[in-house]
Amino acid sequence: MGISFSLLAVTVLILIAYSGVKFAGLHFFFGVVIPYIAIATFVIGIIYRVVKWGLSPVPFCIPTTCGQQESLPWIKQDKLENPSNTLGVIGRMALEVLFFRSLFRNLKFEVDVANPTEMKDESRVIYSSDKWLWLSGLIFHWSFLIIIVRHLRFFTEQVPSLMRLLENLDGWFQIGLPHFYVTNLVVLLSVTYLFIRRVIIPQVRYISLAADYFPLLLILGIAVTGILMRYFSRVDIVDVKILTIGLVSFRPVIPEGLGIIFYIHLFLVCTLFIYFPFSKLVHMAGVFMSPTRNLANNSRMQRYVNPWNYDVKIHTYSEYEEEFRGKMKKAGIPVEKG
Amino acid sequence: MYNGSKIIVGLIVFAGIVTFPFIYNLGKVNAKPEPKIDTPVIQQLKEKNCIESKEFMKANHMQLLNKWRDMVVRNGKRVYVNSKGEKYEISLQNTCLKCHSNKKEFCDECHNYMSVKTHCWNCHLESKG
Repeated sequence: MGISFSLLAVTVLILIAYSGVKFAGLHFFFGVVIPYIAIATFVIGIIYRVVKWGLSPVPFCIPTTCGQQESLPWIKQDKLENPSNTLGVIGRMALEVLFFRSLFRNLKFEVDVANPTEMKDESRVIYSSDKWLWLSGLIFHWSFLIIIVRHLRFFTEQVPSLMRLLENLDGWFQIGLPHFYVTNLVVLLSVTYLFIRRVIIPQVRYISLAADYFPLLLILGIAVTGILMRYFSRVDIVDVKILTIGLVSFRPVIPEGLGIIFYIHLFLVCTLFIYFPFSKLVHMAGVFMSPTRNLANNSRMQRYVNPWNYDVKIHTYSEYEEEFRGKMKKAGIPVEKG
Repeated sequence: MYNGSKIIVGLIVFAGIVTFPFIYNLGKVNAKPEPKIDTPVIQQLKEKNCIESKEFMKANHMQLLNKWRDMVVRNGKRVYVNSKGEKYEISLQNTCLKCHSNKKEFCDECHNYMSVKTHCWNCHLESKG
């Protein structure tokens, strides 16, 4: 259900861009209007989501004692897993964002007969290491980042040297002309793996929804159209750059005779940008807001007050006596101040 | 907002990264590349045709040059037969650059615009014109 719906959705998106440009001639709409809508939705959407998260209180200091917390001087603290200051938190967050440290601990579990010869009918849960999800996720995210940075050559007239360096590294092998990029292959392989994993592993398939398949297929569509455009059904990249530079300098132009595959690619990218803030993809911003990653374990050094605690109204004895002194004296109750 | 200052700094960094292309191009006049073909040799030609059609050359010149290099350097073939059946000597220096002697106004115009780095001049001499 989820797969067919997602496949249908991506197909319909491609058909919309194809027919919109080919038959209706809406070049300006697909080349200028939609990209502006997409980038605005992306920025405003992410800011909206983050501010909304920021408004909700975190009731506890969540230390996640995965490693040894700071304790007595002769007990060695695990400073990256269980930081007690901001520097450590930055380190833990950097490891999480750059290397997916918590996913590295991903375990596979299966119910199996532990030792077939001895325990014939008894089955138990067996945990084992599973690094494939971590590995494919990591190389997928990194190649996607490199691909995005590489695309900045379409948006900057004097391409900054860092981007040129990245581009040269990516085309290191100098296979064919235009040079084949390693990240193109890597992103295809990793997305395909991430997709097949959802389909093949029964437990993962059971919990997978259209919201899981759709981004994968959409990104696959973007990668395939991009690769087609570079190596096979080629478009004039000078025309592409005239369009993209026009967009970012707010003087939009539509060059004549740009291939439809470019508009399909652009439309899929715009869909991704619009879809981004309202889907699971917003984990890009959300990872920085995870309390288990961004809170230092300093609950033994600093008092953590639950932000939604109401102010408790206290009435001290001296205030009480102040209020009722007269009555207390009449009733013969001893008072502290005369 | 809880921890508002940190969140706002993060959001400003995010907005800065996303809008980098817009900021980078602020106030810049971006001229389209216009490769020039008015060299003396071309002006003297009766029929101003390249070895293949303009559209083909625009899209495929890099692959053609790559093919030419392999044909000459690896297979020793020095004759190219184009789609019309005309024969040309395979030579960057004596065929291509004979007409297109203006590297700066012709080749570099688009290559610089697209930040494409060619490998032609690793071995070949640049024309002086």
